[in-house]
Amino acid sequence: MDTRDSDKGIRVDMQKKDEKTIWENKGISRRDFLKFCTAMSAALALPAAFAPKIARALDDVKRPALVWLEFQDCAGDTEALLRASNPSLSEIVLDVLSLDYHETFMAAAGRQAEENLWKTVREQRGKYIAVVEGSIPMKDGGVYCCIGGRSALDIAREVCGNAFATIAAGTCATGGGIPEAKPNPTGAVGVKDAVPGATVINLPGCPLNPDNLTATIVHYLTFGKLPTTDSQGRPLFAYGKRIHDNCERRPHFDAGQYVERWDDEAHRKGHCLYKMGCKGPETYHNCPIQRYNDKTGWPVGAGHGCVGCSESGFWDTMSPFYRRLPNVPGFGVELTADRIGAGLAIATAAAFAGHGVINALRGNKDKEGKKEE
Amino acid sequence: MAKIVIDPVTRIEGHLRIEAEVDGNRVADAWSSSTMFRGIEKILRGRDPRDAWVFTQRFCGVCTTVHAIAAIRAVEHALDVRVPPNAELIRNIIMGVQNIHDHVIHFYHLHALDWVDITSALKADPARTSALAAATSAWPLNSATYFKGIQDRLAAFVNTRRLGPFANAWWGHPAYRLAPEMNLMATAHYLEALEWQKDIIRIHAILGSKNPHPQTFLVGGMAITIDPASQTALNAGRLAEIRGLLAKISDFVEKVYIPDLLAIASQYKEWFAIGAGVGDFLCYGDFPSDNSGRAEALWMPRGMIRDRDLSRVHGVEQEKIAEYVDHSWYDSPAGPGAGLHPWDGATVHNYTGPRPPYEYLDTREKYSWVKAPRYEGRPVEVGPLARCLIARAAGHREMKAAVDMVLARLHLQPADLCSTMGRTVARGIETLVLARKLPEWLEALTGNIRGGDCAVHNGEKWDPDTWPAEAKGYGWHEAPRGALGHWIRIRDGKIFNYQAVVPSTWLASPRDAKGQRGPYEAALAGTPLADPKRPLEILRTIHSFDPCIACAVHLFDPERGDGVTVKVL
Repeated sequence: MDTRDSDKGIRVDMQKKDEKTIWENKGISRRDFLKFCTAMSAALALPAAFAPKIARALDDVKRPALVWLEFQDCAGDTEALLRASNPSLSEIVLDVLSLDYHETFMAAAGRQAEENLWKTVREQRGKYIAVVEGSIPMKDGGVYCCIGGRSALDIAREVCGNAFATIAAGTCATGGGIPEAKPNPTGAVGVKDAVPGATVINLPGCPLNPDNLTATIVHYLTFGKLPTTDSQGRPLFAYGKRIHDNCERRPHFDAGQYVERWDDEAHRKGHCLYKMGCKGPETYHNCPIQRYNDKTGWPVGAGHGCVGCSESGFWDTMSPFYRRLPNVPGFGVELTADRIGAGLAIATAAAFAGHGVINALRGNKDKEGKKEE
Repeated sequence: MAKIVIDPVTRIEGHLRIEAEVDGNRVADAWSSSTMFRGIEKILRGRDPRDAWVFTQRFCGVCTTVHAIAAIRAVEHALDVRVPPNAELIRNIIMGVQNIHDHVIHFYHLHALDWVDITSALKADPARTSALAAATSAWPLNSATYFKGIQDRLAAFVNTRRLGPFANAWWGHPAYRLAPEMNLMATAHYLEALEWQKDIIRIHAILGSKNPHPQTFLVGGMAITIDPASQTALNAGRLAEIRGLLAKISDFVEKVYIPDLLAIASQYKEWFAIGAGVGDFLCYGDFPSDNSGRAEALWMPRGMIRDRDLSRVHGVEQEKIAEYVDHSWYDSPAGPGAGLHPWDGATVHNYTGPRPPYEYLDTREKYSWVKAPRYEGRPVEVGPLARCLIARAAGHREMKAAVDMVLARLHLQPADLCSTMGRTVARGIETLVLARKLPEWLEALTGNIRGGDCAVHNGEKWDPDTWPAEAKGYGWHEAPRGALGHWIRIRDGKIFNYQAVVPSTWLASPRDAKGQRGPYEAALAGTPLADPKRPLEILRTIHSFDPCIACAVHLFDPERGDGVTVKVL
């Protein structure tokens, strides 16, 4: 980025008035552009007053380079990117970023494709953003994932090691995800573990919510720095609160109204899915607020419990997915994942006793759907 | 003979590598290799069978839903669970939308750039583009002003000199043949399809909370409830929203996708004689019209075509399926040259390829993470082309009418469809038929609700206490890329054995013990290359199969095969 300051920041100049912005020159109306900036402010949980600042920042930067690497992945995060709306993928590609490498979309193939990647690494060293999708296998010299004859680990070290920052997109790239689930046949890990020196922002989710990805990028373009994160490297604007804290079914939890069997009256009326195994009480993610596919839906809203997909190791720690959580923290909504202490579990248990659930938990170990209260 | 390598093959899902021997201006031989392995089936062992679909859905995020459906069906088959009719209808809608969404993205965003030279669009006359578009379709976005706007946006992008994902491609290659106007029209629709796809897939978010990876399936039915008096369930408002999105689907398919497909195919007709492949075709059939589990109740018919005899449909017998690993990075205790039925699979991953970084694989030995499934020892093609040929031969009314319409428009014989362009056209035919069919399933669902049937789940077998100590089953599904099967064995309430044989495993398979090529490899042999240094033609044929390689590589490692006999459908 040409306007970059020394401390990994970008300088945001005041916009010259009456001039057409580069966005307008690209055929995007001022109105649409400002609409996008307002939506972005909302996604970043910022006051609407930030919209003009975002607008100025986006006007001024010269599309930063972004390279998207796919390792042990299912392309689910790539598909999620296709569903992004603010901005959409066509806007990202044509106007916001220079998407220099992405195997699923790029026109070039083979050696020509690889040349594009290494050209960016060479010429934009320290300036480009890397996105990693999928885990990185560490066993047996990395033979479980090779691209162009090179191992994923080898590629990640060079590309992430020279990036301004790396965004680990999805749970596989953040903590190893499904390949890392027991018995982890290939020694899969997330980017932070594979390339310890790299600057990594973790955006878990299976797949990640594309709004959180675009918001992270726009946060960087707007404020010139990466968003504040928790100790797991997750931005607080997206992972600062539990599903349970913002859940639309929370009043039913508080009122002791639970779904007891699939398709029962309570299920149809939208009552709490806790007894059906919902992992919302232990999962930090903004699903209830941000939702998916242009805010159309999210798992609990559509009647299925949360599986905890934004938590590292959830394939092992949150499964079986239909078994209810043994301990549900009852702490207040102001606490983040980092501030949950062991002592809180006791307070939690006390809080839960009030709901009449705790005894059932103690007495009925692994059996779901039985006479609970 | 020169050996060329394409790695990564881009605009696909997953990690695929093609090595090809080139003799002058022709591919003499080819090898298909997948270079990534995760071992998810191994991870499944010992887990709750009701969770299996959540795991297997992560085989692939492009053909999301399909491995969830196959896993749910496998468990339901093992436990003999019949789901409520509403659940079957909701699944049909989800699967139908998935096929359409996947096919349209494949055509515009993964395959089109093999035929469309975007850079040539800058030379187009917007007025003539408008006339061309208006002659083929009543799509509203056909004006010269509109195409001029697209061209200006493209020009502004090119002028930045940073072409992003379009950089360093083989633009200007002699094999590109479309007029600038057709290239501009296709480029406009490339961008429109990007917007369209994220809108119409909201049907999955309504019925299944999100896409990719909807979270709505349950063993026994669905988690999305139906209640016209509830704010959270499927009610009249949500049904209306789905109805509107289905209309948007068929509008785009009928007025944009099909006209573009026919226009492009008509300019590349020699590609109906290139890329024939193996000649045997398989379809498991799908979209049940009731919950009986009978093959006759499947709207899309089950069957096989052998030796390109397009007049006759053969039955499918699953015990004739076996997988070989003679050229795959696995050990087989059955010994060299022996195939194993999926139920008896006893494979151990054992990488014997070169250490990275490497230049070439040793294709005389083992060279891929994909196994080689064979039917009666023969490689088989699955996918939209197989479905079109089999349905047409079986006298399927809607499919036959759509296939024959395309044959007439392009002046082709049915046998011409066994080709690179035939596969691409078949994908469009199937999309058209499904787009017309989907509203019928929605109306059937609405009719049930009107009659008071709101059930979406059968909970009789939800509790593992109701299960037998041992159970086994399989679930079949016609995924966008073809016939998909999951096999499960349950012991003491846990997954004892899990095996998936996936469309891209059939298609991307390496050679078997007899040296028979897999479908990709067979289709590439003989492909003409205008410029062997820029093998665009190889991409055309490979992309015509719509590779999905994360799906294709799967492994279960049961370490003991105990010769289970399988129920025959």
